[in-house]
Amino acid sequence: MPSLDDLKKRIKSVKSTQKITKAMKMVAAAKLRKAQENAEKGRPYSQKMQNIILNLTKSINDPSNAPKLLVGTGDDKTYLCVVLTADRGLCGGFNSNICKLAKAKFKKILSEEKNLKIITVGSKGLDQIKREYGKYIIKKFSFKDKKQISFNEADIIGKEIINLFYQKEFDKCLLFYNNFKNVITQIPQSQQIIPAEIISESKSDNNNLYEFEPDEDEILEDLLPKNISTQIFKAFLENAASEQGSRMTAMDNATRNAGDLVDKLTINYNRSRQASITKELIEIISGAESL
Amino acid sequence: MSEKFTIEIITPDKTILKTEADEIVIPSYEGEMGILKDHIPIITFLRPGFIKVLNDKETTFFVEEGIVEFNNNNLLILTSTPKELSKIDKSSLKSLIEEAEQKISKESISDKEKYLLNYKIDTLKSIN
Repeated sequence: MPSLDDLKKRIKSVKSTQKITKAMKMVAAAKLRKAQENAEKGRPYSQKMQNIILNLTKSINDPSNAPKLLVGTGDDKTYLCVVLTADRGLCGGFNSNICKLAKAKFKKILSEEKNLKIITVGSKGLDQIKREYGKYIIKKFSFKDKKQISFNEADIIGKEIINLFYQKEFDKCLLFYNNFKNVITQIPQSQQIIPAEIISESKSDNNNLYEFEPDEDEILEDLLPKNISTQIFKAFLENAASEQGSRMTAMDNATRNAGDLVDKLTINYNRSRQASITKELIEIISGAESL
Repeated sequence: MSEKFTIEIITPDKTILKTEADEIVIPSYEGEMGILKDHIPIITFLRPGFIKVLNDKETTFFVEEGIVEFNNNNLLILTSTPKELSKIDKSSLKSLIEEAEQKISKESISDKEKYLLNYKIDTLKSIN
């Protein structure tokens, strides 16, 4: 049985933890609104980009001449996995969910006896992955000092990936990130970016023949690298919104749990206080009786 | 019948402009291009230059690069660096020109880059 003093100390410490989690929740909620807005505003760009590429691919007649970024190297020996995570913790299962998905994929790749290369973005993912797959990590990025990730950062990573691709370092590139669905639900996702996986939308009504200026190949050559940066940027935005959402829910739960704990401890505290008073009374009464 | 069509200018961060216009002039890769309603579907690139949106009033944007798609009377411009002309200030303009001039003086750049940079400098200088 803990002493009264111990209980008092614990109640105090839980209460101050609760204050911290409450503050973090509020901060996350404020940041979430902004991140969510950004993610939603950023969606049209990547979607339209995909659409244009889709239209372009339709008009390519000779696939063997098409840019390698679009059709791939024809091999699938080496996989490059880009894992996007947060730089900060205390956001529930956000980081571990991405890592779990990524690790499952790593395992599959290795069991098929293919080569694996990993690029991590964000320090939390690195920490989780390097324990098991440290030797496969070829590059790590972290934008801890940046307050908000802009297109430039995505471009840096995109260029790096394209460089590696032209050096024939890998055949396929996968991107792992959390897709922001709503505040409570974030879905960890893997997306293949090289060769470009074009999701054809249902509205393929525009079978119009486009005029190209300059010709298709040149446009594709220029557009595909841009598309990779764009997809990465989209992943960043989705991730940022997911991180805040995830943190908000996690901190909300933590605050509530702390409240429950304080209630329980307070009851305990009051009981022990009452017990000690009763004990003292009994002692006094029995002392008086024996006289 | 209205002779207007819709235009959207989208950056990675947000939609800059979504409106209707009578005519749009874009600095396409192979020359300036004016687009009116019922233009044939086209996909093209931008080089550094001005996008002019003409409706009741005229709005001009400076862009460095981008991609344009016109389809079903819907003009879509995807670009990462649009700046509304009236919002560019002189000092940032100067630094942009200097930056471009520095780049062009390097020998390692390709002809294509040189072509684009030349356009950039010319366009920027013409703003004054």
